[in-house]
Amino acid sequence: MEDTIVAISTTLGVGAISIIRVSGSEAIDLVNKITKTDLTKKQTHTINYDYILDNNKKIDEVMVSIMKAPKSFTKEDVVEINCHGGIATTNKILELLIEKGCRLAEPGEFTKRAFLNGRIDLVEAEGVMDVISAKTEKSLSLALSSLNGESSKLIRELREELISIISNIEVNIDYPEYYDIKEICNKDILPKLNNIEKQINDIIVNYKDASIIKDGIKTIIIGKPNVGKSSLLNKLLSEEKAIVTDIPGTTRDIVEGEIYIDGIKLNIIDTAGIRKTNDIIENIGVEKSLKLIDEAELIIFVLNNNEIITKEEQELLNKIKNKNYIVVINKDDLEKKLSLKEEKAIYISTVENRGIKELKNEIKKMFNLDKIDTKDMTYISSSRSIGILKETNSIINQIKEAINNNMPIDMIEIDLKQIWNKLGEIIGETYDEELLDQLFSRFCLGK
Amino acid sequence: MKYEVIVVGGGHAGCEAALAAARKNHQTLLITGNIKNIADMPCNPSIGGSAKGIVVREIDALGGEMGKNADKSLIQIKMLNSAKGPAVRSLRAQADKKIYPQEMLKTLNMQDNLEIKENIVEDLIIENNKVKGVILENNKKIYSNCVILTTGTYLKADILVGDTRRREGPHGEKPSNHLSDKLKEYGFTIKRLKTGTPQRIDKKTIDFSKTSIEQGDNKYLSFSFDNKYYYDKDKQTPCHLIYTTPETHKIIKDNLNKSSMYGGLNDIKGIGPRYCPSIEDKIVRFADKERHQLFLEPESLYYDDIYIQGFSTSMPKEIQDKMVHSLPGLENAKILKYGYAIEYDAIDSKQLKQSLETKIISNLYTAGQINGTSGYEEAAAQGLIAGINASLKLENKEPLVLKRSEAYIGVLIDDLVTKGVIDPYRLLTSRAEYRLLLRSDNADIRLTNYGYQVGLINEQRYKSFEQKCAKVSELTQELKNIKLTPTKEINEFLNSQNSSTLKDGITLYNLLKRPEIIINNIKKYLKNQYNDEILEQVEINIKYAGYIEKALKEANKMNNLDNKKIPDDINYDKIHNLASEAKQKLKEIKPTSIGQASRISGVNPVDISLIMVYIKKEYFHESK
Repeated sequence: MEDTIVAISTTLGVGAISIIRVSGSEAIDLVNKITKTDLTKKQTHTINYDYILDNNKKIDEVMVSIMKAPKSFTKEDVVEINCHGGIATTNKILELLIEKGCRLAEPGEFTKRAFLNGRIDLVEAEGVMDVISAKTEKSLSLALSSLNGESSKLIRELREELISIISNIEVNIDYPEYYDIKEICNKDILPKLNNIEKQINDIIVNYKDASIIKDGIKTIIIGKPNVGKSSLLNKLLSEEKAIVTDIPGTTRDIVEGEIYIDGIKLNIIDTAGIRKTNDIIENIGVEKSLKLIDEAELIIFVLNNNEIITKEEQELLNKIKNKNYIVVINKDDLEKKLSLKEEKAIYISTVENRGIKELKNEIKKMFNLDKIDTKDMTYISSSRSIGILKETNSIINQIKEAINNNMPIDMIEIDLKQIWNKLGEIIGETYDEELLDQLFSRFCLGK
Repeated sequence: MKYEVIVVGGGHAGCEAALAAARKNHQTLLITGNIKNIADMPCNPSIGGSAKGIVVREIDALGGEMGKNADKSLIQIKMLNSAKGPAVRSLRAQADKKIYPQEMLKTLNMQDNLEIKENIVEDLIIENNKVKGVILENNKKIYSNCVILTTGTYLKADILVGDTRRREGPHGEKPSNHLSDKLKEYGFTIKRLKTGTPQRIDKKTIDFSKTSIEQGDNKYLSFSFDNKYYYDKDKQTPCHLIYTTPETHKIIKDNLNKSSMYGGLNDIKGIGPRYCPSIEDKIVRFADKERHQLFLEPESLYYDDIYIQGFSTSMPKEIQDKMVHSLPGLENAKILKYGYAIEYDAIDSKQLKQSLETKIISNLYTAGQINGTSGYEEAAAQGLIAGINASLKLENKEPLVLKRSEAYIGVLIDDLVTKGVIDPYRLLTSRAEYRLLLRSDNADIRLTNYGYQVGLINEQRYKSFEQKCAKVSELTQELKNIKLTPTKEINEFLNSQNSSTLKDGITLYNLLKRPEIIINNIKKYLKNQYNDEILEQVEINIKYAGYIEKALKEANKMNNLDNKKIPDDINYDKIHNLASEAKQKLKEIKPTSIGQASRISGVNPVDISLIMVYIKKEYFHESK
């Protein structure tokens, strides 16, 4: 229970300010690892202006409150970071703290500590009991769902590989005179470590949820001229009071606007460059427009309710069949002339302001955002997973250094076990491989 | 005559238990079936091994006898894993099977407050769930305040060879036929376990030219921190290595159904050790392995028996003859004793407290194979702890409970009482979470204080321990104080060590952190002289400081949980939302600390949180 725990204590979203709370004996030291100024030199009960850094890169401008034990909510050392709201920044800070060694707090854990340390009274404690026991199912399913199937499988394979090395080393130690058993040495481990490190990096990079959170969803709106693309965009933008910018994005695309749907950013990519001279519909063969469609993570295809579908539109529809796309039929207020075969579509009217909500719901469904928006927990568990994965890679680097220094294999193995445990934490498998026992004892699974 | 402590059984557990109680000035009686078999080694002729060797050092640091006795009787010794890190080094000695029991008996006979009696115990005297003494075979009662059962494999022992089953213990000794039934009546869960032993071969009939030789280490080593050597390092007795042949495998496969375990007997209930399978098991389970290695180990300098380590079997005698003759160098070997399997009763170790007192009957302690362990060292360790704790109970003192981060003995006992055993339990380094802290070299630093506090470490020994500790800090300080400057001579020395040369000064302490620098090569720069033990200790502390610190940090977390006590009278039914499996296990095992509770399989972190909040609410609310 001496772990230092961290949690976002404000509701995640596009609010003005988020607070990240850290509690435990290492709270100040761990937060200090990501701040610009030296927190260890600050007085207790002070608020300090600071920057959060990730490898010297500024992440955010923040205010950091320091409350040393026992005069804090948990009676432990507590640090609170007030950062600018926004899911990306808040989660990034959370991820950094986990990478440095904080553990994501269980629901109710701050309150539990406050009670156990004699800070709050019995009545409140009853509540704690409820929170602690109520959360089990949800947190377990979240822990398991935060990774996509592919990554979980990969992590499981990495663990398999690790455990085969670990058990071989154990046998070498416990049965040193069994000459027939291969004696594993440091140089056998190095290539395997490099491979594991690379695969972990791949997982981090390909983290779907994470990239959605960090970079938003690359979205294009396509359709014939005058079909209502701009009206739709303006509707979406004004509804969300988003900032319309013309700042070049990271992908060299021109971002026309950013809108947030329940905290998740949609980057609407402007197709203007093409639109001015040649409309995208009439130039589907044009390389650039195809590329744009290719790179988009979401295509909103706008059709006119009042017109019959053209050959080009039909062709384009076929082109995007294997992408994430939503067909939007505008001008629902006018007479229906369009007929679409076996095509699900959202009917809207930008003039009468109808159907925008339905469109947003469809987008949420498509990216599983509705699962996220209940508690904002999925973001957090992704930050947790990424934080742990990064921590794992920093342990791998320590091992490599230790191998360089000719540390004995049994020392190296201690760290290998740690990586194995860390990876297990992500996918919810515990050290003693008792997960299955626990699952079956606690939840009624199977028959 | 009334005794304070009665120890039932004179094996490795019984000897330690009896000595500990008697040395703590309690009138002690040791009852054994046959005085000749006191401290007998019925299986392998060796003491120590990976992890086990460290246990022997721990026993010695606590004031037990096994280390000293092994030192007196060893005929070969080596440090295992010496090419690996300090955490996994461990001593293993070939002990003379004649001398080891002889020396132990001498020690027992010379011990004040200790009597030895030959008899068989068949029942206990119990009043109000408290043990009051034992009842012998002839119904005679002997009274005592505490009883320690160290019955080994003798509870309803059956020797199995081929299709025969005989009710007897090792060496044809008489087993106890009723004690385990009585224990069952008193509420203990009785388990049936099994183990086995290989053949003994007449040394004169082995052609050693077909074997490869395995020598001891070429330096003086001892288990005990007394550092006394009774052997000549240049005249150690070697072991020999051979491998099974395709012929051996064929004989075993062709006759598998004749082995007691594979059809020879159809009433086998005992569960054998996973870590020490019979040769039949090895050949069945690892069918693709072409050969298995076997060690020919000398049992004694005083007789010719050679023990074939790795060849334990329950085949009929005529098949054993064929198996042995298929081995290189043993074509004409004469078998002096045949291999056998043995089945015996044991109790469920989850019915014990951390002190090794039973939960059902107070003042009754159990140690050794009766608790489901295997191995002389595991037995001795439990015997020592049971002896100490029975004595402490008589003295109205808190029991000695070693933490998992303090000793392999702590790991062993915690595993037994918290997780229980399915097959005979053997200590392995992998069972310890913090093996870097539980080293062979620092067993005295970890445990001598406990041994001294309970009164088993005498003043003289304690003084020399204190001197050692003082020397360790002195050397550490000296290394920090002495600074080398970049002179030509120093840089030439560093070059010779393949180490980078100096531009600025460096302390010896920091120099020693370089992987290529060893303390023996820089001790010439020290002002004072230190012995190897001190040099090694300090070198390990400096070179592995990072790892040791990390392990300490983790261990502290666990210790914090172990220090959070669970009240005896806690009612788990009153804790709402506790998972039903957790509830049932908690009621069964009755953990005494939050740490112990968290190690029970099926008890989740959520359950732990609930228990902690509940305890705070129910027991400590007023003290807010």
